[in-house]
Amino acid sequence: MSDVLAVTEHRRGELRDVSFEVITAGRQLADATGGDLHLAVVGGDTEAFADSLNREGVDAIHTVSVGEEFNHDVYAQAVEALHAEVDPEVLLTPNSVNGLDYAPAVANSLDLPLATDAVDLDYDDGLTVTREMYGSKVETTIEVGGDQQAVTIRGAEWPAAEGVGDAEIAEFEADIDTDAGSTVTGFEEVGGGDVDISEADFIVSIGRGIEEEENLDLIRDLVEATDATLASSRPIVDNGWLPKNRQVGQSGKVVTPTVYLAIGISGAVQHVAGMKGADNIIAVNTDPNAPIFDIADYGIVGDLFEVVPELIEQFE
Amino acid sequence: MKVLVTVKEVAEVADDFEIEGTEVDERYLEYDLNEWDDYAVEEAVQLKEDGPADEVVTVTIGPERSEETIRMALAKGADRAVRVWDDALEDAGLLDVETKTNLLKSVVEEEDPDLVLSGVQAGDDAFGATGVSLADELGFQWGAVVNALDYDADENVAHVHRELEGGVEELTDIDLPAVLTIQTGINEPRYASLRGIRQAQSKEIAPKSLDDLGLDAGVIESDLDVTSMYEPESESDAEIFEGDASETAGQLAEVLREKGVAE
Ligand SMILES: Cc1cc2nc3c(=O)[nH]c(=O)nc-3n(C[C@H](O)[C@H](O)[C@H](O)COP(=O)(O)OP(=O)(O)OC[C@H]3O[C@@H](n4cnc5c(N)ncnc54)[C@H](O)[C@@H]3O)c2cc1C
Repeated sequence: MSDVLAVTEHRRGELRDVSFEVITAGRQLADATGGDLHLAVVGGDTEAFADSLNREGVDAIHTVSVGEEFNHDVYAQAVEALHAEVDPEVLLTPNSVNGLDYAPAVANSLDLPLATDAVDLDYDDGLTVTREMYGSKVETTIEVGGDQQAVTIRGAEWPAAEGVGDAEIAEFEADIDTDAGSTVTGFEEVGGGDVDISEADFIVSIGRGIEEEENLDLIRDLVEATDATLASSRPIVDNGWLPKNRQVGQSGKVVTPTVYLAIGISGAVQHVAGMKGADNIIAVNTDPNAPIFDIADYGIVGDLFEVVPELIEQFE
Repeated sequence: MKVLVTVKEVAEVADDFEIEGTEVDERYLEYDLNEWDDYAVEEAVQLKEDGPADEVVTVTIGPERSEETIRMALAKGADRAVRVWDDALEDAGLLDVETKTNLLKSVVEEEDPDLVLSGVQAGDDAFGATGVSLADELGFQWGAVVNALDYDADENVAHVHRELEGGVEELTDIDLPAVLTIQTGINEPRYASLRGIRQAQSKEIAPKSLDDLGLDAGVIESDLDVTSMYEPESESDAEIFEGDASETAGQLAEVLREKGVAE
């Protein structure tokens, strides 16, 4: 018993990228445990999804045809039933918003130790998970004991699986109560508004380092002097200082400008998810250890209230 | 209806710090109310102000020091607080999701709330899983990453928005009793008023040991064992501009011109 069961994810008819990443992570683990890699596909067009997921290294794909969209009651029941069937050593799921809506319930029901948001996995007699703490300022390795474990993996940490596989694809008949107490009634797009920051070539983005709403005027002056597009990290939008369509990140917009100038932004993973594709990343931050410097091409370790006025002067 | 809010005091690490073994040295830690819990407290207090809730109780797993943070929640309008702590917890390493689930479950069973609100994640260990795990353990309904909540008293249903990735929200109806994990931005957390701070001094913070909760030390046995902690190796190949503000700004301006984005 040393197989791996990985759960895939889709939304509105499309598989999400992390579904292919979880295959890579799962294969890596199954190679180390000497077991098979099983995938679970729950809901939606399971047949079409299974075809696309049949990549190199996948041994079996179990489809559960219940419902169109994600519903945590359905996912929890399906994954629990599959877990009983496959009896894997490790259960892998995405650390996505939906992953976090069923994986903890499954882990609790099945009494599996749970490690979330893994950025690396290692297996040598037992499972070791690498994860971050304190806003990515430190990394920890954690040995996860027990005979069976559950792990959620961070998106974009493993490459997407490629190639064509020859997995066995089979419908899994699970007895699922579809009236369990939560009902998804629809979706809503947010954002819209005056500008589309995803089209911008030069983005000046501001984070919590700005401290007060009044201080935003300083950044607006810079934006005007350089003809840039203004964007921000989440706290600025949460505070109501900028509209939602200016938010860069996992739950905001993905941007790909020539230059992304991040001012007073720490570089939390959910922010980075939206801007790591910029050609050039420049960071201004007082903290030399801020994670944003790990992905920056250029940086100033300094106080934005000193640097930005000087920068404005350069363009006036 | 009674609302229970899980409130965590989280540690923030200073810009410069040192690691001792598998912990950040205490000298470099500052404690504060978990950002996500602040929004959860606000949501609960608004439910009380708007009518549906009669009482808002907070629950914290934390040492005596955390009472300072708990008072902040009380000053913002929570009615009273429960604080779970024990020598056995003092000595425990990482409190994993299962441990927190079991401790909180005992409190929920004692308090018998209709709705439990918790933050999406804690800023320090960032497991992001306790709320949903707790719901499962209690046999409650749940919703993770909730950024809008509209409680329908007639039907005893919470109409919520769950904030998915990429600017999409899912609309979901959740039967009560339920645990909702609250995302930032759902409301505007208030500042504690002077009057609130004064009133908070006389509100109850009830300490509970494992014994009080009818639990034995087995509850904190964990399958998760932190074996190392380190500063992530910087993959940075960033060119850091040196000099005073005017010099660094000058170099930055040059790069912006070079890349053709500003003149
Ligand atoms: C499910 C989920 C989804 C999320 N989605 C998003 C998202 O889409 N986008 C997003 O941005 N976040 C998102 N977050 C939040 C994210 O985790 C962080 O909390 C957020 O990105 C932090 O924003 P920040 O960098 O502006 O603030 P902080 O992390 O507080 O960083 C502020 C930075 O400013 C620096 N600073 C302070 N003063 C100065 C000064 N005077 N000069 C220069 N630098 C200074 C500090 O050193 C620090 O590095 C999400 C979180 C969750 C749980």
